[in-house]
Amino acid sequence: MAATPTHFSVSHDPSSSTSLLNLQTQAIFGPKHNLKETQLRIPASFRRKTVNLQVVMASGKTPGLTQEANGVAIDRENNNDVFDDMKKRFLAFKKLKYMDNFDHYKNLADAQAPKFLVIACADSRVCPSAVLGFQPGDAFTVRNIANLVPSFESGPTETKAALEFSVNTLNVENILVIGHSRCGGIQALMKMEDEVDSRSFIQNWVVVGKKAKESTKAVASNLHFDNQCQHCEKASINHSLERLLGYPWIEEKVRQGSLSLHGGYYNFVDCTFEKWTVDYAASRGKKKEGSGIAVKDRSVWS
Amino acid sequence: MSTESYEDAIKRLGELLSKKSDLGNVAAAKIKKLTDELEELDSNKLDAVERIKSGFIYFKTNNYEKNPTLHNALAQSQSPKFLVFACADSRVSPSHILNFQLGEAFIVRNIANMVPPYDKTKHSNVGAALEYPITVLNVENILVIGHSCCGGIKGLMAIEDDTAPTKTEFIENWIQICAPAKNRIKQECKDLSFEDQCTNCEKEAVNVSLGNLLSYPFVRERVVKNKLSIRGAHYDFVKGTFDLWELDFKTTPAFALS
Repeated sequence: MAATPTHFSVSHDPSSSTSLLNLQTQAIFGPKHNLKETQLRIPASFRRKTVNLQVVMASGKTPGLTQEANGVAIDRENNNDVFDDMKKRFLAFKKLKYMDNFDHYKNLADAQAPKFLVIACADSRVCPSAVLGFQPGDAFTVRNIANLVPSFESGPTETKAALEFSVNTLNVENILVIGHSRCGGIQALMKMEDEVDSRSFIQNWVVVGKKAKESTKAVASNLHFDNQCQHCEKASINHSLERLLGYPWIEEKVRQGSLSLHGGYYNFVDCTFEKWTVDYAASRGKKKEGSGIAVKDRSVWS
Repeated sequence: MSTESYEDAIKRLGELLSKKSDLGNVAAAKIKKLTDELEELDSNKLDAVERIKSGFIYFKTNNYEKNPTLHNALAQSQSPKFLVFACADSRVSPSHILNFQLGEAFIVRNIANMVPPYDKTKHSNVGAALEYPITVLNVENILVIGHSCCGGIKGLMAIEDDTAPTKTEFIENWIQICAPAKNRIKQECKDLSFEDQCTNCEKEAVNVSLGNLLSYPFVRERVVKNKLSIRGAHYDFVKGTFDLWELDFKTTPAFALS
């Protein structure tokens, strides 16, 4: 039987007044086909309208899949337990923290004035609020894979929009880029070939940290892979800090002394936190040479 | 955290001096010196570093060292059940509001908690942040949390004309991902105040993101197989409420076309 790929196209129709999204599929049919059509309905309960998702599968190709999609009872019980648990957690937060600090939350509701912008990894083990004790209102926090900062001139806008908002609108006084041990994103960067495998999202993103990989390979290629990764985790933080200085409005504020840039490395294997600050004056000389940044006030907390 | 540590220190000092009152004069001189020194310090920079240092020491003493089994396991690998998209806003840390412990939730935070549609180059950032937890860590739940007083959504609603030149280069480029939400709210809620429109848009934008999640094949395929559930939420810190809703999937019986 000829291959019958399924295609999905997502169209956003802003002027449509009947449905927010139409997800439509087209299948290219082979000479003989036996289609099973499964219709998935998605009510968005907030608006009480439904989105129709039609999945067309060729039965000859994937009978198992169509069977599963057809009639298997959906085991929601376990899933609902998880969300009952979430409800209890929220109510506990409300009772123990929110109501006890009502005035503080009320002030926060009017405006936030965080002193920090934190750029950390999305890894479940490195939440900055837990590890560094940031309370609500303390830190505007961006979390992405491998805590990378793209350069001003190129790359996706997600992190850049957060930089623009926190630095120019909220006027944060400190930017802290936090890396960590055993980072999956950095590992992916160190393992990949020089050419990005275009099928991989992860590679398409971590290539932003390419310079850190190159500098690591230049000095640490004789080390065990795990040690190379650790070297790269730290090198990547410094490259991100250097990139931050490439944003004109960030450099301006650092020059004026109203913004400080810090690097942090959380090692959860031995529970230590290393921290350092960018020495802007000393970095300016290095910038002309293109050899990175100078740092000061390095310390390790353990 | 830092207030606790100096209060504890002062308490301990007070207890010591009440037992050893002959140390009173020595203590007074030292305390005066310390106070003078602290007054002179560059209060901004030192506070910032001291702040995070004391936060870390508190975490290490009260969490890490008290849960060695958990942290030893986490040092080897993570298996979070949740992938959470939340706003970068300093007031809405999901681990605070929902008390996620370390290891429970892979958390992505960006302006206005948005998930853009599938695009390998333009949105490799979010794509990677989805691909890794879903295909490598096998998370079972995705939760997109919007919130009250969201600056990103307010900025989106304030954009008058979709084709106007951008004033803030990166922010507008990013938030226009949820332009369909804004257009709908402007149409359906034109009689509401700007503030109420924004609240509605905060929730509608979550729905746009939920829909965009389905444009990623590895998400869709797991949702269809019932291995992944998708939910939206809205945290209102003015009223102290948390709304939660889900995309509900039902399959109708298949019929053969032949």
